[in-house]
Amino acid sequence: MLLIHCPYCDETLPELEFAHAGEAHVARPENPSAQSDAEWEEFLFIRRNVKGPHYERWRHTHGCGRFFNAVRDTVSDRFLATYPAGAPRPSLASLTGESE
Amino acid sequence: MTPDLSAPGPLAESAAAKLSLAVPCARLSLRARGAAVAPLSAALGLTLPERIGTRASTAAGDTEALRLGPDEWVLHATPAALPGLLAACAALSPEHPHSAVDISGRELTLVLEGPRAAELLTLGMPRDPDSIAPGEGRRTLFDGVSVVLWREADTRFRMDIWHSFAPHLASLLATGCAELAAETA
Ligand SMILES: [Zn+2]
Repeated sequence: MLLIHCPYCDETLPELEFAHAGEAHVARPENPSAQSDAEWEEFLFIRRNVKGPHYERWRHTHGCGRFFNAVRDTVSDRFLATYPAGAPRPSLASLTGESE
Repeated sequence: MTPDLSAPGPLAESAAAKLSLAVPCARLSLRARGAAVAPLSAALGLTLPERIGTRASTAAGDTEALRLGPDEWVLHATPAALPGLLAACAALSPEHPHSAVDISGRELTLVLEGPRAAELLTLGMPRDPDSIAPGEGRRTLFDGVSVVLWREADTRFRMDIWHSFAPHLASLLATGCAELAAETA
């Protein structure tokens, strides 16, 4: 089982307490009616489907109830970081200790 | 077999652990953040705890608060204290926006105690019971159901369960009491 660190509870807890909630940092357009069909489709449906470190949302459903963001390697399932919703996305270089 | 949850009292007992249904209490769900927290603390007569999982009580001991999330607390109180709590919170609106909702009818509380009460929890709880210190509490998961667990002492817990899930969890815990004792024998 995965162990996930909740940035609000500041505890590392079993995956069963959490729910995955899709790709992170997908910003809703300010004015949806100004969007073309193609742009709106991209916002609604098109995701990056990353192989490797993936910025994604999780929710501590059976705990504090909060959504937060995580960087998880989709190949190894290893969590590189978790951080509160609304915080800037950490650079990959800062997480892996490598220069990009 | 589903234990009878119609009246407070013992539900199952073995050498390992004892399960009982607690006397009904008043319950309040409180949501607030920022500048509203301090006035609410003053109005309720306790300091709303800062860290998730920690608790605080009034001096009289008739009301206790547990922090569940970054802007969420649950309060347990004597039924007599409830109208006063609701009125104290309501008096702060609209100056200090918050939500205080009487959820007394939503849940019941099971009491788990005995030498192997913590072990009994591992039957359905993925997190380590010992990561919750005596005097603390957490919302967590028990056999697929969200519950609020209050650790009163090393060998005593309270578990708040939504009514519709209670027969299932009570039956599972009663089975667990018997199984743990059978292992000991
Ligand atoms: Zn959490």
